[in-house]
Amino acid sequence: MAKSNRINKWLISGPPLLYLIIFFAIPSLIMAFAAFRFPGDYGGLLPLIGPNPDTGANELLVTAENWRDYLTFENFGLFFTDSIYVELFAKSFWYAGITTLICLAMAYPLAWLIARSPKKYRDLMILLVILPFWSNFLIRVYAWMIILGPQGYFSMAINQVLGLIGIGPVQLMFSHVAVIIVLVYVHLPFMVLPLYANLEKHDMALLDAAQDLGASGWQRFWKITWPLSLPGVWAGAALVFIPALGMFAVPDLVGGTDGIMIGNLIKQQFLDSRDWPFGSVLSIMLTLAVLLLAGFAALIGRGGKRNAL
Amino acid sequence: MHSKQSKWLWAAALLAYAFLYVPLIIVVVYSFNDSKLNAEWVGFTFKWYDMLFKNEQMLVAARNSLLIAIVTSVCATVLGTLAGLAMHKYKLRLLPLLVLTPIAIPEILMGVSLLIFFVMLNMTLGLVSVALAHIAFCIGFVAIVVRSRLQGMDESLVEAARDLGATPVQAFRLVTMPLIMPGIIAGALMAFTLSIDDFVITFFTAGAGASTLPLQIYSMIRIAVTPEVNAVSTLLMVLTLCLILLASKLAPSALRAE
Repeated sequence: MAKSNRINKWLISGPPLLYLIIFFAIPSLIMAFAAFRFPGDYGGLLPLIGPNPDTGANELLVTAENWRDYLTFENFGLFFTDSIYVELFAKSFWYAGITTLICLAMAYPLAWLIARSPKKYRDLMILLVILPFWSNFLIRVYAWMIILGPQGYFSMAINQVLGLIGIGPVQLMFSHVAVIIVLVYVHLPFMVLPLYANLEKHDMALLDAAQDLGASGWQRFWKITWPLSLPGVWAGAALVFIPALGMFAVPDLVGGTDGIMIGNLIKQQFLDSRDWPFGSVLSIMLTLAVLLLAGFAALIGRGGKRNAL
Repeated sequence: MHSKQSKWLWAAALLAYAFLYVPLIIVVVYSFNDSKLNAEWVGFTFKWYDMLFKNEQMLVAARNSLLIAIVTSVCATVLGTLAGLAMHKYKLRLLPLLVLTPIAIPEILMGVSLLIFFVMLNMTLGLVSVALAHIAFCIGFVAIVVRSRLQGMDESLVEAARDLGATPVQAFRLVTMPLIMPGIIAGALMAFTLSIDDFVITFFTAGAGASTLPLQIYSMIRIAVTPEVNAVSTLLMVLTLCLILLASKLAPSALRAE
């Protein structure tokens, strides 16, 4: 019995495990290793295996004497010596942070309203939040390219208003503002869903009790609802912040030269300048940032839950 | 709730809904506009749809997308269901980590690491490499849906079947399988949609060999905003809506907000 159980266990978990080891774990490790290598003559990576000049047979080129020609810490050095890279990281954090805050401000009233609506409408209201998210990501970006474009009604209206108070026409497309608007737009549902899941479980009797005891509306919100909803807030923040941080298509399409983020630099290293080792360094830095943030969010989330109980 | 408060809440919520829907409505409306610019309304036309169906590149890209999405959803559903079952049944360490991390990290990281991997294997980038990559990131989504379905299942049903003399395989086939079927279907549809929509991972693993719809749209909107994109976007939205309706018919419980 115990033996057949073990066989079952491997039969069930084996195939997905094997697949993910080959197509996720190994590529990730190869990328981590690539950060310590040199770029090849025509981009990519300097090969570690190649034909022996004497025999012509393929063999490992790295030896105990020449490993310095193949392995290096220089790529990491470059990241820290030139301040533009760290600055770009800081800017990306700033974009992702602002995006998260705006998403929170927009999602909270919505999630609260849905959670307090009659039960029969809730599924529909949530479905309406998710529905736009099911349309293609690029379409959602494109929609804003129309709106923010110089010929769009929105841009013209804004410029007309600004013109009245004597400020010259502004270009909305290809700016920080455009990047943040679109980042908010594509991530908003990720904030609404965890908030709603949390707010829906709140016991309304707590609010009634507070009201009976004389608490005002704001007091009830800040002393009861907000602290109880913190786990939902942190979950939503993680779901918005992390993908926003690694985004490259949004800044690429609406950010112009001013609005680029880490993702654009990574893409540039891999596809344009083809410096894979440095691209790998940037990817590792992004991974580390994400892991730190996820750990941080989990820690605070747990703390929040404990406080709430 | 005070009526004054709820008025503000409704205003804020309506604003959020408008923010979500107005841009998409604009895309749809302009797809019928008889002007090359997405600005002034000139008149009603189907010509952008007509052009779309004559656009050879676009049709090839659509065929590629469909092919990849079908292969991906079949493979990811099988592997993801196994992963969901394993994660529910056994205490595992490595599998949950490998299943959940691809979902949690920014997509670009998986894209570039798979690019290095495929190039190192001397693989020609194309439909195969894209499908292999899509399967890898879809497994996790299927596994989560299937596992949550299993967690909501009444274990005593399986025990009852065993008490009544069913073998473990019979109990699985006749009791567990039908019960988790809505989860499996939902997972398959999710994998299909994720695959057909994916841009970032496809962008890195497709090479020059294979264009998909998102890649085609990307290269078009990078150059200029054209109503042909509005037309293809509208069609894609209709397709997605149909898929969601199908899902709600096949597995109503799977669509519940979670």
